[in-house]
Amino acid sequence: MASIDIANIKKSYGTHPVLHDVDLKISDGEFVVLVGPSGCGKSTLLRMIAGLESVTGGEIRIAGRRVNDLAPKDRDIAMVFQSYALYPHMSVAKNMSYSLRLRKTAKDRIATVVAGAAAKLGLDPLLERRPRALSGGQRQRVAMGRAIVRQPKAFLFDEPLSNLDARLREQMRAEIKKLHKDLGATSIYVTHDQIEAMTLADRIVAMNGGVVQQVGSPLDLYDRPANLFVAGFIGSPGMNFFEGNYQAGEVQRFEMEDGNSIPLDAPPLSNNARVTLGIRPEHVVLAGHGPETLLATVDLVEPTGFGIILHLSLGGASFKAFTNDRSFLTASGTIPVRFPAHYLHFFDAEGRRV
Amino acid sequence: MAYAARHEGLPAIRPPLMKRIADASAPYLYTAPALILIVTVMLVPLVLGISYAFRDIQLLNPFSGGFVGLDHFRALAQDQAFFRSLRNTLWWTGASVFLQFAFGLILALLLDKPFHGRAVAQALVFLPWAVPSFLAGLNWAWLFNPVVGPLPHWLFAMGIMSQPTNILSDPQLAMWGPIVANIWWGIPFFAITLLAALQAIPRDLYEAASIDGAGPLQRFLSITLPFLAPTIAITILLRTVWISNFADLIIVMTNGGPADRTQIVASYIFTQAFKRLDFGYASAIALVLLALLLAYSLLIVILRQWLLSKD
Amino acid sequence: MRANKAFLIIAHRLAILAYIAFALFPLFWLLKVAVTPNDLLYSEGIRLWPSRASLEHFDFVLRHSAFPVFFRNSLIVSGSTAVIVTILASLSGYALSRFRFRGKYWLVTLMLLTQMFPLVMLVAPIFKILSPLGLTNSLTGLVVVYTAFNVPFATFLMQSFFDGIPKDLEEAAMIDGATQFVAFRQIILPLTLPGIAATLGFVFTAAWSELLFSLMLISGNAQATFPVGLLSFVSKFSVDFGQMMAAGVLALIPACLFFLLIQRYLVQGLTAGAVKG
Repeated sequence: MASIDIANIKKSYGTHPVLHDVDLKISDGEFVVLVGPSGCGKSTLLRMIAGLESVTGGEIRIAGRRVNDLAPKDRDIAMVFQSYALYPHMSVAKNMSYSLRLRKTAKDRIATVVAGAAAKLGLDPLLERRPRALSGGQRQRVAMGRAIVRQPKAFLFDEPLSNLDARLREQMRAEIKKLHKDLGATSIYVTHDQIEAMTLADRIVAMNGGVVQQVGSPLDLYDRPANLFVAGFIGSPGMNFFEGNYQAGEVQRFEMEDGNSIPLDAPPLSNNARVTLGIRPEHVVLAGHGPETLLATVDLVEPTGFGIILHLSLGGASFKAFTNDRSFLTASGTIPVRFPAHYLHFFDAEGRRV
Repeated sequence: MAYAARHEGLPAIRPPLMKRIADASAPYLYTAPALILIVTVMLVPLVLGISYAFRDIQLLNPFSGGFVGLDHFRALAQDQAFFRSLRNTLWWTGASVFLQFAFGLILALLLDKPFHGRAVAQALVFLPWAVPSFLAGLNWAWLFNPVVGPLPHWLFAMGIMSQPTNILSDPQLAMWGPIVANIWWGIPFFAITLLAALQAIPRDLYEAASIDGAGPLQRFLSITLPFLAPTIAITILLRTVWISNFADLIIVMTNGGPADRTQIVASYIFTQAFKRLDFGYASAIALVLLALLLAYSLLIVILRQWLLSKD
Repeated sequence: MRANKAFLIIAHRLAILAYIAFALFPLFWLLKVAVTPNDLLYSEGIRLWPSRASLEHFDFVLRHSAFPVFFRNSLIVSGSTAVIVTILASLSGYALSRFRFRGKYWLVTLMLLTQMFPLVMLVAPIFKILSPLGLTNSLTGLVVVYTAFNVPFATFLMQSFFDGIPKDLEEAAMIDGATQFVAFRQIILPLTLPGIAATLGFVFTAAWSELLFSLMLISGNAQATFPVGLLSFVSKFSVDFGQMMAAGVLALIPACLFFLLIQRYLVQGLTAGAVKG
């Protein structure tokens, strides 16, 4: 197990930059998730740590040792690929032991380690099968088994669950978390799925356009998103945004474009500043009276079983609200809504949190 | 927060020189043997061949080798045999390609539907492709030979021929011999290529068309043909070039005869080089052939541009 | 409606049968004449099968003619060409499939062009080049020439097989502790084996069929390949039809064997060659 230091890492293909000065310190045993939309550079960063992509600038250290120029095989890391990358011509056991055989580990030791990993992952009855004869979930387990027999310094996961159906994905997600608890291995996990990121990570690194947007615990990113990108990316259904102006005065107010306004106890802002107000659908209160209550039009009601997503509009702005109250299944016309002040997020004209 | 952008403008750290050289040269090392071989055995002779076209090179004449300028081309302009071979090439190529394509397309359509024993049928009808061209030529020459072959007798019995004679020695009909052999030999090529294209057409398109009320003919015209069109175009174009250069069958079956009636440009070049050992003249003809093929390819490219710009 | 459908099915099967008959008839006739004894050849000219079949022509061809030598020469030439081309094409095909490098576009263009231009142009200059090197009338010379002619097409074919192997597998192997070469040998190569076999088959078939260059470059009987030997036999003894066709049947055997080997890959092979026969 080891720490991983990423200092000022740059990557470009020709003149086209894909990663800008990424800095990240991952401590021993930590589970870090790189999350972002496709093309944000998260996979490239992971592959640079693995040694599959060259480093354009900056430094990568694993356990304090600089690895920029080391071949992947000399970095002592294991990786789980999105496609699983199981060797089709080798049995499950051979797939799992390939790395150990390359390292000329003693035969009986290989047998013990493979048996141990197989037991842990429930693969014992499948050891002699070829990957072709396995289901998607089983292949996924073999790919994990191949990684854990190594006892490497770190595990790298490249979107390992995206080829599975929803149910299996949920199950494997829990298993990965359990495995990490058992092994305590330093792990870097790349995904575009924010639920995976929230559930698995000790720390999330949110990336966009080759730039790190925010690093923090899952609840940090959920509760205090550093900018509009993170606010919109984390959470489902996504955060609602309203454009408007901040009005200072005796009672601070947020004035929307259609003239509606909301009283705030907000951070001090300069008067009449352009801001974006954000509120999560689950924080919209669907009741109330008094000055801070607004009347929203119901456009659409989406029952999800678990709850109800209401598509609402307020003047020209449409937004969503989430509720568990089934009486809203028949909601129509206009309903009162309230945006509690302590659930509001504010972003300035550059999209930064204020 | 650990991600703040620091160290602005640090120079990029480069891997060691040796590793960089090894990495950069790997693709060239992988391709070098093939490239060297192609250059020495194909490009160098090509350039040399072009120079022969302007020299007097006769293998049996030790005093030849001198520069003769455009003499070969002047002789060529007077050479009736060459112009006949040009006309024959058009006839040979046009008839072969058209009939190979037509029969190949029908075969591909027949094989596109699953039926019991399709794999075996497919293997059997594609077999002629694997028959060496010289053997295909000999085989058909024998079939046309009234001494051992049945074809003249059958044609006679059906009243198509007045005598069971060998069409390969009939100046009027001789070209049909190699063309028939070529069709037999080339149908599989078209059928295989078109079958692959047919099977790449998404089946649900046909289902959608049926639901929309299209009959079999309409489905063929509105789905099959448009999907096949690119494959058909590219295969026919490339095949035209290939068949116009394909002299094996003619050399084996008729050797250009009778009276040069089946001589195509490619076989004429070979005859000049192989029989008369006149490499200079052979190279001059070859150069003209190359120019004609280049012109043809250019025409295709221009035609394609024109068609694209029309859309 | 039902009768109509049955009629269509019968027409379809009949059409297929007609194609099969057309494809096989010449080969059948070759075999038929080869097993017809000389005394029946003319009297039973167009019977579909002779009243008495014998293997005497095969016996003669195998024991008293030069055909076994031609056969051996052709095997040597086609076999060596197939092996050498496959090795070279594996290397270059791998490079085209896995690397991005300067000049790749030109290399591919050059290889495509070599598939387009008339090889008959090269007959004379290649003879002139090989002659002073002592490579005319030599099997080695033929192997060199055939290897060069087949490398471009085989390269594209091998490239298509390498393209079918996910890059992830090599990367996984490299992370598992393999060098690039070990990954190539232990992971990529075993997975490409069917492709290698198919390439061997295609090149062998092409070399086995080549006629013009072997006619030009080979003169004596001792070095003659099968096509050269058969053609000179035909022009010298054009009345021994039984023996010629028996020899023809022999020439057909390796071609058919390799056809079975590469059948599954015909589409890949023809599209890689694009213009090759």
